[in-house]
Amino acid sequence: MAAELNSVDAARDGLAAASYLADEPTALVSFLAFKLAKPVLVEGPAGVGKTELAKALARATGRRLIRLQCYEGLDEAKALYEWNYRKQLLRIQAEASDAGWERVQDDIFGEEFLLSRPLLQAIAEDEPVVLLIDEIDKADQEFEAMLLEVLSDFQISIPELGVVEAQSRPLALLTSNNSRELTEALKRRCLYLWLDYPDVERELEIVRMHAPELDAQVARKLVEVIHMVRGLDLKKPPSIAESIDWARALMLLGADEIDESVLQRTMSIIVKHRADLDVVAERAGVKLQQGRLAG
Amino acid sequence: MPEAGGFPAGGPPGFAARMLELADELRREDMKVGTSELLDAFAALREVPWTDEEDFREALAATLAKSQEDRRTFELVFDRFFFRSVEREAVQRGLSEERFQGAGDRLDLDDLRERIRAAIRGGSDGEMRDMARLAIAAFGRQGEGSGVIGVDVQRIRRTLDLRATSEAEAAADLGSVPRERLREFERDLRRELERALIERTRSFPPSRPLRDFERALPSGPLQDLAAVHRVVAQLKRRLASQGAEQRGRRRSAVVDVRRTMRASLETGGVPLRLKHRPRRPRRPELYVLCDVSTSVTSASVFFLSVLHALHDSFRKLRSFVFVERISEVTDVFERESSFAAVSRAIATDAGVADVSGYTDYGRVWLEFLEQVADDLHPRSTVIVLGDARTNGREPYSRAFAALAERAGRTFWINPEPKLYWNYGDSVMSVYEPFCDGVFECWTTKQLEGFVRAVTESRPRAA
Repeated sequence: MAAELNSVDAARDGLAAASYLADEPTALVSFLAFKLAKPVLVEGPAGVGKTELAKALARATGRRLIRLQCYEGLDEAKALYEWNYRKQLLRIQAEASDAGWERVQDDIFGEEFLLSRPLLQAIAEDEPVVLLIDEIDKADQEFEAMLLEVLSDFQISIPELGVVEAQSRPLALLTSNNSRELTEALKRRCLYLWLDYPDVERELEIVRMHAPELDAQVARKLVEVIHMVRGLDLKKPPSIAESIDWARALMLLGADEIDESVLQRTMSIIVKHRADLDVVAERAGVKLQQGRLAG
Repeated sequence: MPEAGGFPAGGPPGFAARMLELADELRREDMKVGTSELLDAFAALREVPWTDEEDFREALAATLAKSQEDRRTFELVFDRFFFRSVEREAVQRGLSEERFQGAGDRLDLDDLRERIRAAIRGGSDGEMRDMARLAIAAFGRQGEGSGVIGVDVQRIRRTLDLRATSEAEAAADLGSVPRERLREFERDLRRELERALIERTRSFPPSRPLRDFERALPSGPLQDLAAVHRVVAQLKRRLASQGAEQRGRRRSAVVDVRRTMRASLETGGVPLRLKHRPRRPRRPELYVLCDVSTSVTSASVFFLSVLHALHDSFRKLRSFVFVERISEVTDVFERESSFAAVSRAIATDAGVADVSGYTDYGRVWLEFLEQVADDLHPRSTVIVLGDARTNGREPYSRAFAALAERAGRTFWINPEPKLYWNYGDSVMSVYEPFCDGVFECWTTKQLEGFVRAVTESRPRAA
């Protein structure tokens, strides 16, 4: 089902078929990334579907998704490649002692003894893949510098082997929560996409897509409550994933209206801090009451 | 692989040159638009229909603007640039549009008001533009406008009696309009007035650089708080990794024999991989003194949020607030997690001895020295948040010098613009020589500058 994203509309439809509702910029950037074979840097608040976008792109194009989760201290041994010492050692021991050093040396630095990590896998694959480098801002700056070679030339230099060039161009997505400024050099090589919380209508569509059995009236109310909660001064505003979770929970509970008691009982699905819970209980409760009076 | 460079096929003549002009304007607004970005933009424009305005704009934005701030700047420059391009063409070719003339007499004003309000509340962008023109024709009194576009816009808005509310409230109250839409309407007004001015004078005013307040992201205090937290998280990262940068990327030199032997079991007893003792990260120790007197009231909210964010990130942090005397509020921050609760606690019962409401910096240093000086050591960093206005009291610079001497580093963040320092009762220059750095800081952007400076400058040789 290897679909091609050959136009902006094709990108939007493809993503929609992979159950991801993309807005205009997202569809356009996905299409450009596909067409120009450039990596995309996706930024935005936590939980707006940055990682999901990569997964949806993989589904839409029928490509395999290779994911590299970044963290502090991530190094090339974990991201690029590593020599399989154990196997090399066995090889040396298995070799009769009369074998020349030269031969053994040529032997043990072959591809057979190379453990490829996500980045090497992504470019060595015969079929093009979707490469997701998640939370790049968590990795160290040195790691970013190392990425440059992979992202701009799609090649990796291994001193003992030479340069491994890409068999195919991966569709690369880098996500960042903006916890630190990324280097200019990295940004220059990427297309930029800012994802924000969707507006009410769009989020409603998203919720209905993932929880189709939920009553339309309740779904709208739910999205409105979520939007109001995001407007409060919270430590961690609810993400799209959490509104979907909430919708599913309400579905299971068989709720046909969101009132104060329902909110009280299920609030912990969308709010994950004790202090936030108090704020939401106080403010949202008042709003819901007003809503009932007005309605 | 796409070949680099080349102009989009089918673009009108002079298209590439226009793009370069746009890039030039973006650069003038401090965006980093390099040649490689431009080539990307051209490559992107070859793929999208450049006749569709939204696609055109998005394709340019995705390739040229690489952060949210840049994106905002890009929007503004893009609008201005293409608006001006069209107008310049019009002036050069001597074109002018037909305008509503004297329509004001025949139009029922109340009716017009209703129609404009309806257009703002729910109309398309085109309708809103038309309404803006109508409004100018009806109320703007062409020819006798004030000549200052901003004034005219506000006058029209007042005449129309447009009240802005949040989106949710506007839905209930039919007499008001959502704030965002009103802002768009004002932008349309401004644009139409500008266009009228250009036509009237048949000249083309020089383009002004964007002003800071235009460029600033539309944000409430809430987002500011988030921004402060972000900057402070950055400060933490920089401080934590600072030692590593100075020592280079060496691993710790000490080999952990036990772990090395264990690892060697995997390889038949040959110790192929050395295991090192983990390097102990240097824990920065911060002492923050924050002025919460009335002269910095608006700034104190900002400072308290900085302090609040610092507490979230650093464990070894002691914070103090002062007006006339000093009081430690470390435990308040540790007890309360929400910002609102913290500021309430500090305002009511933190025990800030606030008899006169006037800051007494000299006394603060003396007390600070007495209470905590023994804990200061060369690895600790002291950060003072204050305006250095002593209200005419003795500054006791010697006491400040003594504490700066004991601490490894001392920084001063001043909420006033540099211009006002040392005027009136500000004694910034008295304290400045003892600090490792002084910074003016009242926006998160400047806070970022502070973070950069602090983490780049090395600790004084002890």
